[in-house]
Amino acid sequence: MTDRPLTKNIRPGQPPLDLKGYEKAGGYAAVRKALGGMAPKDVTQVIKDSNLRGRGGAGFPTGVKWSLVPIGPDAPRPKYLVVNADEMEPGTFKDRLLLEGDPHQLVEAVIVAAYAIEAETAYIFLRGEYILAAKLLMQAIAEARAAGYLGNNILGSGYNLDLHLHTSAGRYICGEETALLNSLEGKRATPRAKPPFPQISGLWGKPTIVNNVETLSNIPHILVNGPEWFKGLSHTPNGGTKLYGVSGKVKRPGVWELPMGTTVRELLEEHAGGMRDGLKLRGIIPGGASTDFLGEEHLDLQLDFDTVGKAGSRMGTGTMIILDDQTCPVGFVHSLIQFFAHESCGWCTPCREGLPWTEKILAALEAGQGEMADLDRLGKQVKFMAPGMTFCPLAPGAMSPLGSGIKRFREDFERHIREKRCPWR
Amino acid sequence: MLSYLLKQPPAPPSGDKRWKLVGATMRRYGYESYALIETMHAVQEAFGFLDEEALRFVAASLRVPLSRVYGVATFYHYFTLKPQGRHTCVLCTGTACYIKGSSKNLAAVEDKYKIKPGDTTKDDNLSLLTARCLGSCGLAPAGVFDGEVVAKLTPDLVMGRIARWMP
Ligand SMILES: Cc1cc2nc3c(=O)[nH]c(=O)nc-3n(C[C@H](O)[C@H](O)[C@H](O)COP(=O)(O)O)c2cc1C
Ligand code: SF4
Ligand code: FES
Repeated sequence: MTDRPLTKNIRPGQPPLDLKGYEKAGGYAAVRKALGGMAPKDVTQVIKDSNLRGRGGAGFPTGVKWSLVPIGPDAPRPKYLVVNADEMEPGTFKDRLLLEGDPHQLVEAVIVAAYAIEAETAYIFLRGEYILAAKLLMQAIAEARAAGYLGNNILGSGYNLDLHLHTSAGRYICGEETALLNSLEGKRATPRAKPPFPQISGLWGKPTIVNNVETLSNIPHILVNGPEWFKGLSHTPNGGTKLYGVSGKVKRPGVWELPMGTTVRELLEEHAGGMRDGLKLRGIIPGGASTDFLGEEHLDLQLDFDTVGKAGSRMGTGTMIILDDQTCPVGFVHSLIQFFAHESCGWCTPCREGLPWTEKILAALEAGQGEMADLDRLGKQVKFMAPGMTFCPLAPGAMSPLGSGIKRFREDFERHIREKRCPWR
Repeated sequence: MLSYLLKQPPAPPSGDKRWKLVGATMRRYGYESYALIETMHAVQEAFGFLDEEALRFVAASLRVPLSRVYGVATFYHYFTLKPQGRHTCVLCTGTACYIKGSSKNLAAVEDKYKIKPGDTTKDDNLSLLTARCLGSCGLAPAGVFDGEVVAKLTPDLVMGRIARWMP
């Protein structure tokens, strides 16, 4: 048994394992186990017992999510399983590693997960730019179908499953699960009101589970090795390993699979090699663009959903962006807000109007054309786009680095105003 | 829009063979309206962009209102209503790339070829586009040159790449 289940088959610089190689490495054992005698609800129970939490950003317990889908002969049908492989969060580059490095792992996971909720159709919703991943996934799906892991009466179990690949036409909001469902239906990707939740009424109004690539990739390993093994991989009660990433001016940016609960310090100093020579750490966006800044005082923080939450931020996607002392924090925050303003789907007013306005204020501030009242204006926007004030979490996500950035780097914002220029230029 | 009433899908706007590829995509999905995005992917792959003729044809074939087709075509970043240049250079301006100096790369291209993101040079040789995170932040600053992802860009590297395409 390995302590790096997700990446054990990934060999840098080499193509991923084909079906034969994957089977030789123990692959598709979870499909045999599940379909060879476990009831769907038993599969869900194992995942519940493992404490696996969603790796798409919110950390919702996966087994609990699955158990909300109606099961049994009276359940509405068809039901759907959808893989969220949209990965457009700035600073996030972890799912791509799994998609390109071990596509069969994901295909196997889809079969087990779909079986657990009795779905007979599954979709992989893939970011359009991931062209190599698309090619590798198509190959893996074709191989799995030829070997009888997909299609009708899989391994003689009577269970049928079709798996389709959808390449997105590109829009960050597609990553939000209900917007994703609208997109799969061939519409504009605007979010839907919740409730009803997709587990009850999702794709074409039918019960649907949307899970992240990394979340699902854990499933086969949990099923084969058991929930206790999975919990044991972690330093904290949030089970398993996590793909952590670091970008910014560190010596070795990258992604690594490490025990859940690895500290910021270990990640930054051991794996990313520390800051580049002559640079100092000023801020950390811990989990993709839509999380609150952490700082040097958080170096010993264990990165998991609960601990980062208690420190006032979120673990999010677990891929951090590092701000150094030679990069302008105002420019940094401006670049994040530019992204969100561009990606607002336009459905609700505070976000559609508020984000471009916020972006303009930041552009002026960065260029040295701001005034002190702008800081209050930004503070107001943070309130107007707080959680619950907009239709979906995109706008509150955008406000996380802005609100925490203004607090943490207030002096830098004020210097831009007083000196009427960017001190970093 | 009489085609709404007809069982047969409408004939393609012209005898151009590329419409066959588009037709094949729609047939694969049984002309269901949810195939709209897949179909527009096919049109854009075949023709390079979506013009009004194409939008009308797709709308009629899949029996969806033209307004919805136009809505989808303008919503998603991948779709374009303008023809693109022979070569495309996409530069990432996401935050990880911003830290590593992506704005210098962009400025170099803008200055030399006098174009802004979204524009194409007058000789139709080069379209300049920006992206916000290509999922290659570990290799920042990143860009895509005619479909190939290139890492750790510098102004020299970018200009060298583009120079190869220029007459
Ligand atoms: C604006 C926005 C963008 C999102 N983008 C993604 C994404 O790219 N990939 C992803 O897996 N989840 C994304 N999510 C989270 C999904 O809505 C959903 O929670 C997740 O796919 C559930 O999977 P999990 O339970 O396995 O984490 C996004 C959420 C929001 C609000
Ligand atoms: S918050 Fe923004 S992205 Fe979300 S629904 Fe409103 S406009 Fe769309
Ligand atoms: S920010 Fe440029 S690749 Fe992620």
